[in-house]
Amino acid sequence: MAELIRRALRDGALDGEHAPALTIKDSIDSPFGPHVFNHVLAQLSANILAGKSQSQGIVLVASSWSPSFYFDMLKSREKDVASFQKWFRVLDCYTDPLGWKERLMECGSITNQSPKASNAVRVCKDVRNLDNLFSSILQLGKELVGQGKGRFSVVIDSATEMIRHASISSLAALLSNIRSHDQVSCAFWLLHSDLHEIRVTSVLEYMSSMVASIEPMTRSASGQRGNYENLSLLERNSKTGKFHVRLKRRNGRVRLMSEDFCIEQSGIKFTPRSGDGETISQSLVPKVQFNLQLSEKERIERAKVVLPFEHQGIGKPIEIYDGRQSLNENIENSSTAEKLPTSQDPGKGEIIYFRDSDDEMPDSDEDPDDDLDI
Amino acid sequence: MSRVWHVQPCWDDANKPFTLATQNLTPSRLKAMDRSPNLLDQALGLHDGESTRSARVVLIEDCVETSAAFVLHHLIKRSLSPLSSAAVIFVAFSQPFSHYDRILRKMGCNLVALRDNKRFTFLDMLTLECPGENQPAFLCSLSDEDAGKICKGGVLELYGKIQKSVEVSLLPGGSRSITILIDDIFLMEVAAKGSSSHVLDFLHYCRTLTTEFGCSLVVLNHEDIYSSVERPTLILQMEYIAEVIIKAEPLATGFARDVHGQLTVINKGNSDRLSLQNKMCSFHFRVRGNSVEYFYPGSRT
Repeated sequence: MAELIRRALRDGALDGEHAPALTIKDSIDSPFGPHVFNHVLAQLSANILAGKSQSQGIVLVASSWSPSFYFDMLKSREKDVASFQKWFRVLDCYTDPLGWKERLMECGSITNQSPKASNAVRVCKDVRNLDNLFSSILQLGKELVGQGKGRFSVVIDSATEMIRHASISSLAALLSNIRSHDQVSCAFWLLHSDLHEIRVTSVLEYMSSMVASIEPMTRSASGQRGNYENLSLLERNSKTGKFHVRLKRRNGRVRLMSEDFCIEQSGIKFTPRSGDGETISQSLVPKVQFNLQLSEKERIERAKVVLPFEHQGIGKPIEIYDGRQSLNENIENSSTAEKLPTSQDPGKGEIIYFRDSDDEMPDSDEDPDDDLDI
Repeated sequence: MSRVWHVQPCWDDANKPFTLATQNLTPSRLKAMDRSPNLLDQALGLHDGESTRSARVVLIEDCVETSAAFVLHHLIKRSLSPLSSAAVIFVAFSQPFSHYDRILRKMGCNLVALRDNKRFTFLDMLTLECPGENQPAFLCSLSDEDAGKICKGGVLELYGKIQKSVEVSLLPGGSRSITILIDDIFLMEVAAKGSSSHVLDFLHYCRTLTTEFGCSLVVLNHEDIYSSVERPTLILQMEYIAEVIIKAEPLATGFARDVHGQLTVINKGNSDRLSLQNKMCSFHFRVRGNSVEYFYPGSRT
């Protein structure tokens, strides 16, 4: 479903429809929202560079990370860094979001440490004024695509930071204006769901056509974090997690899908969901120096072994061999318990019991060595 | 076989503390002392001779049962190692200067001398009650809006002092590693009259210093204060922005004489986030008079 998201953002908005919008939400138990966010941003950038997307540029509202972080991140993934000016703009809400540095510089308390002015970055010094923020976004977008019919994407790296400085209704109005603008192709933002009330998260989800939720692979039963007994769970959750996507179609139908993801050195990798039982059992296996688990082949072989006196219950009456029949009768009589009606598969295991003599009583307590005269 | 790592103190034969300025230590002995490995340094990714990793946000969490103040002291000592030129800016809401000076002297670190050398800047915030300009701190008689403005003025002024200290501490060429330590965030929130929003704004601006100047930011907060809160926004927000989280907790089995608690270090990766993999480790500790022992569970005989 990560691929589905990529395609939806790449294809952009249909004429007369609002732009597709994605909410990426995570929590402290699985704080991989920034990883997914950067992954989606990198994919959208790649599509723009390749000319495969409706969007011709990206306007990034950076609140949680500095503009230089995103430039470095994109440079590490894309070779063509010289073209940044053509398709990438950053509204810098990170460096001085409340105008503190400007005020301190005016009274001489600090010196101006602003980085070199860049055409690709515009500093915002009042993130509380969302109307001005929206105007700045549109101006940066029009620098990329002009006044024509070109479209650009709007990316907000932290809706959480914006809600801290403005009301949810103001933010909802901003996002609604973004989605409904003729020149916006798509939009996505990141939200830390455990920092907000449920209604705040719900508002943003309602405004989104796609919601991607990041959850831990295994939840701790005790709820305690950092406990040594839960360290293995913490380690597992620090590298893997679950990725749930909910897509809302135009006809109102909702599609739910899930994937697993793994954080590797090269980035985030998405894989089809594995079984929950396997996940839980693997997490409970202690780390020892010998192998406590079975391979797939060993598991199959073990399943094939038919235990003695085991009731198979296939529907036919099963006679349990009690050892009182002779060997020849055992061979001729194919309905004995030890020769169960099974397939001719040579790999299937079975237990064959040959009674020593006809006089031997089943489950005899006599020691066969009693008659020895030593 | 037990493996016990010690943070070695500096003592003379009379078992008296001494000032670093008068210590007759050979360079090799100094180097050996500062390079003595311990599990905490290894968990933080501090290599031999390295005082701190630059441009990181480190969150230290503790609780009433298990104080993590020793981690703060260790990071101060590590940053002010005589083998490096790093500087420390310490924002103190919790204790006066004499308290830290006494503790660090026992660990072989003379804060008075280092303060005189401009390597250690101590910002005493014990009396901070969000002052405005010549305003008394009787905020209860003011409206919420006015009280908020005064609080914001206080944290704004504090941030200005910190950035100014960073600019002053920088060596020509900007090569000096600077660590900003805040002890502690809860008391800062108290000083800000419970305004976690102002505290978060302040922390955000301090975080921008890690980007602009390559500083490290180390903050201490108490997790159990927020444990009963339905949505502990402040500490959760700090955990989101921190690249390294050091949690000090009591043992799950209860009080023990020889083991004072356990430390869990969660290293989320480099500050540039290009290294995405998390690393975690957990070990026990025992706080002695002038040193701390770190060891893996079950490794002590």
